Amino acid sequence: MALIAVAGLYFTTRHHGVPTGTRGKAIAEQSLAPDFSLPDLSGQKLDLSSYRGKVVLLDFWATWCDPCREEIPHFVELQNRYGGQGLQIIGVSMDDGPEPVRDFYQRFKMNYPVVMGNAKTGELYGGVLGLPIAFLIGRDGRVSAKHIGATDISVFESEIATLLRVK
Amino acid sequence: MSIPVKFRQMLLVLIFGTVAIAVGSPAFAYQASLIPASRLINPDQLVKILQSAKSEKPLMTQVGSHVLYTQAHIPGSEYIGPASSESGLQSLRKRVESLPRNKFIVLYCGCCPWSHCPNVKPADDALRAMGFTNVKVLHIPGNFGMDWVEKGFPVAKGD
Repeated sequence: MALIAVAGLYFTTRHHGVPTGTRGKAIAEQSLAPDFSLPDLSGQKLDLSSYRGKVVLLDFWATWCDPCREEIPHFVELQNRYGGQGLQIIGVSMDDGPEPVRDFYQRFKMNYPVVMGNAKTGELYGGVLGLPIAFLIGRDGRVSAKHIGATDISVFESEIATLLRVK
Repeated sequence: MSIPVKFRQMLLVLIFGTVAIAVGSPAFAYQASLIPASRLINPDQLVKILQSAKSEKPLMTQVGSHVLYTQAHIPGSEYIGPASSESGLQSLRKRVESLPRNKFIVLYCGCCPWSHCPNVKPADDALRAMGFTNVKVLHIPGNFGMDWVEKGFPVAKGD
């Protein structure tokens, strides 16, 4: 019984079992995703509008955010699985600077672009006042869904599959 | 039925080993959930204090993300820096070092779900270690957006 109790204590303090995020209000139903031009980790400008025609998963995250860190390996899997069908994941880091993000990018073998966000980017998207927050954007550039908090990857996958079917 | 000695020894090693792993885990160290309820203050309670003409106003410090602070923060609160980093903790210590140890201080973050916040517990621990006796941590279950801004509580923007 002591072993079970201790094991229970251990597993309940680990970084998993994060509550599923709630589906928050959209910026505006089917509104065009606000465009931005932000530097990626190599300093090159990335324009969101250049991805029109693809399904975009826009993930606001930070290296110090544990639920964000748990989602990222799953996003890497999704990019591998659906990238050929038109999925593009873009990470928007809300870290204060790029150094820890570059280190994280390498360690987690991220396979999608990450840009450095700021307060203005957050305000464009209705206020990013907690992390993670993810937006799904259809091929037409319109916001399809917003997820506040860590979200089960199966939810993302289902929504992505639906959006990819729209040509 | 008596348990063989060797088996008892193995069981003890397993139990203590598991406890050691759990306690040593960064997850355990940053768990805001470990802050006792007596050291917490809810948003409703804080707003009442801030709006009351009679109540002592606390020094409020945001110990999380600057990008989040710039978008929205509690009016009158100061940005200190992420208390999950040593530089953030040093900023906090420097800010409060000259204050009387019974000064009313409120710490908050709101970066992510409460149980995963890496900032509030280290900040609370640091102030207790300095001898501060009147510190409260603002309990933000989900994030600052959901539990403060969307509830209609007062908000300021910028630095």
